[in-house]
Amino acid sequence: MILKRVRSQSVALSLLLTGAVIATACGGEAATATPQSQIAPTTGTGATMVATIGVETPMTAATMGTTASTGPDKGVTPGTAGATPLKVGFAFITSGDNAVYGNSQKAAVQMAVEEINGMSSGPKLEAVYEDTAAKPDQAITVFQKFINNDNVQVIMGPTLSNEAKSSDPVAQKAGVPVLGVSNTAGGITDIGDYIYRDSLAEFQVIPETIKQAKDKLKLTKVDLLYAKDDAFSKSGADVFRTELQKNGIQIINEQTFATADTDYKTQITAIKADNPDAIVVSALAKPAQTILQQARRDVGIDPKVAIIGGNGFNSPAVVKAAGDTAEGLIVGAAWNPNANDELSKTFIQKYTAKNGKGPDQFAAQAYAGTYILYDAAKRANLSGKSPAEARTAIRDALKDTKNLPTVLGSFSFTDKRDANHPPVVQVVKDGKFDILK
Amino acid sequence: MNLAQLPQQLLNGIFSGSIYALFALGYTLIFGVLDILNLAHAAIFMLGATVSWWLVSAQGWSLLLAFPVAVAIAGLLGIVLDRVAFLRLRQRGAPQLSALISSIAVSLIFVGLSRLLFKDDRKQFPDGTFPQVYFDIGSIRVRLLDVVILVVSLALMLGLTWLVQRTSLGRAIRAVAESPKAAALLGVNIERVIMQTFFIASALGGAAGILYGMSLNSIEPGMGSQVELKGLSIIILGGMGSIPGAMLAGFLIGMIEVLSVVFGGSQLKDAFVFVALFLVLLVRPQGIFGLKQGRAG
Repeated sequence: MILKRVRSQSVALSLLLTGAVIATACGGEAATATPQSQIAPTTGTGATMVATIGVETPMTAATMGTTASTGPDKGVTPGTAGATPLKVGFAFITSGDNAVYGNSQKAAVQMAVEEINGMSSGPKLEAVYEDTAAKPDQAITVFQKFINNDNVQVIMGPTLSNEAKSSDPVAQKAGVPVLGVSNTAGGITDIGDYIYRDSLAEFQVIPETIKQAKDKLKLTKVDLLYAKDDAFSKSGADVFRTELQKNGIQIINEQTFATADTDYKTQITAIKADNPDAIVVSALAKPAQTILQQARRDVGIDPKVAIIGGNGFNSPAVVKAAGDTAEGLIVGAAWNPNANDELSKTFIQKYTAKNGKGPDQFAAQAYAGTYILYDAAKRANLSGKSPAEARTAIRDALKDTKNLPTVLGSFSFTDKRDANHPPVVQVVKDGKFDILK
Repeated sequence: MNLAQLPQQLLNGIFSGSIYALFALGYTLIFGVLDILNLAHAAIFMLGATVSWWLVSAQGWSLLLAFPVAVAIAGLLGIVLDRVAFLRLRQRGAPQLSALISSIAVSLIFVGLSRLLFKDDRKQFPDGTFPQVYFDIGSIRVRLLDVVILVVSLALMLGLTWLVQRTSLGRAIRAVAESPKAAALLGVNIERVIMQTFFIASALGGAAGILYGMSLNSIEPGMGSQVELKGLSIIILGGMGSIPGAMLAGFLIGMIEVLSVVFGGSQLKDAFVFVALFLVLLVRPQGIFGLKQGRAG
């Protein structure tokens, strides 16, 4: 039954479609590369943020200024007499969809500040808190307020990498040191010599993940699966590929998908036929959860075949959404809540008692960051220095941070002001991240 | 290339092809009757899936109840779509291009509304919405859900064929498709037929959306874009306006997709589909089931 007889339309439309697919294939990558890298997840859970960044809280820079002076967010801890106090501006997301990350950071910082100010000697910390609301323009306003109104000597934050890309240049220009505690995108510390971070970038975590996975699972051959049109997933896949080759692990096949896809079964079925020891996946949080479900449930990948994920999988939200299909997932991270060194144990205990729930990686990195600043202030000797001198002194002292004991482990900065401490490799066990043994 | 996966992949192709075919039927039906491409069809597909998800997860309905209700809502949205996007343009005798653009606008509105009401994240049906039963036959794994989806889509396709071929409504639809003027002269209420066509086409699109969302356990505002181009390829391949053509081409596209992964790799999955489309059109520019001459007048 033919409802219509058309020829010219179909030919024209097919040309249109072919053009469209060529345009997406060729142009799509270049066009998306920049924004994707800007919203690259900051730390593990960051990938979930990428998904929700579009939803913004209706808070303009102007209204922010008002809340800044009157709102409950402003907490200034007065320094006591003695050593010159260090004034720190903390820029975290404490409103909107991503507040869960900033709140965890703020709780950890408040705890650290309390501990430091309770010490009998050493400089005190004066803390000013502001909300960046996951908006780059608001992060800029917050930084300007810290620098010009509060006259802080150092800034910690902002929570997201894409906020940092906007706000950190402001601090760099004004000569105010910044310590990022959750930015993991590439290029953050390239902004300038005042920009530091204690959060490990993905290219620092993956080598350890592959090394440990190889040792403990005796990997010899794997398949690689990643999103071909997303800069974050692709750069993760590049790091994985290099590390796999370095470790002498064979990559049988590479499969790709588009970020908008939800059907990965065809690719996973092809992977299953390759019979690999493990599947290495580089994807954002959204595809990550679906891939886990379709692999374990729909295609029936054997539980003995490990799934090794990139930073996009390093999120309790992904593990929760994937349910029992996330069991056995291996992901590298900067810190794990089951860390059993003395500092971490005390931190976890105190944090849990205070906040009614355990700390996550965000809290640990912010907590360690506060102690890194305190350590720098001790060595910088701020007494009698002008504000500009004090800022430069803190920057120089940060550079000399060497093997400082923190919850993240023995901490130093690299020559490029990035974090330098051992990552942990996690495995999902009973729905939670545990340390791979 | 590993041929051990072939039986499983062919099965995957049949299952996804059945959903593609169901989705493409809505395109072909509206094109057949109105001569316009309804680019809001993918948005209806998404809304059908989203509404069923909302009924099941937020309202606690059983899927057996939520499915027909969501399908009916998708059909009603199709009527809304016709009133908003096409009716005025049709009355003024506007060119087809205007209707095409207008349908893109409604599509954007629908997707935007869904973002606003249901957020942008990836949604899943709650556990236990459909029993997770698998049959492992050798190296092949068959999901009960996929079998049910195949049966449901085949039933809907046969139902549509029967409706168009054997009922008075179907006769009216075919009459309007052939010539609206002649149909009007013979006493067919054209506007009513168009409304009914939109309801049927959109209900089928909504049903396809629900099945797709269930099969992949993933529903989000952007999901329509994943089937939009496939749907258009299917109606071109099958012959624009041809119902059996859309069904056959749906399965064909599903098959080409999996075979391209088996023999070429997933990097070239989409390219294979369009190359196949191109080759078929070189031989048969009117599509598999299309007739050669263009429509008179």
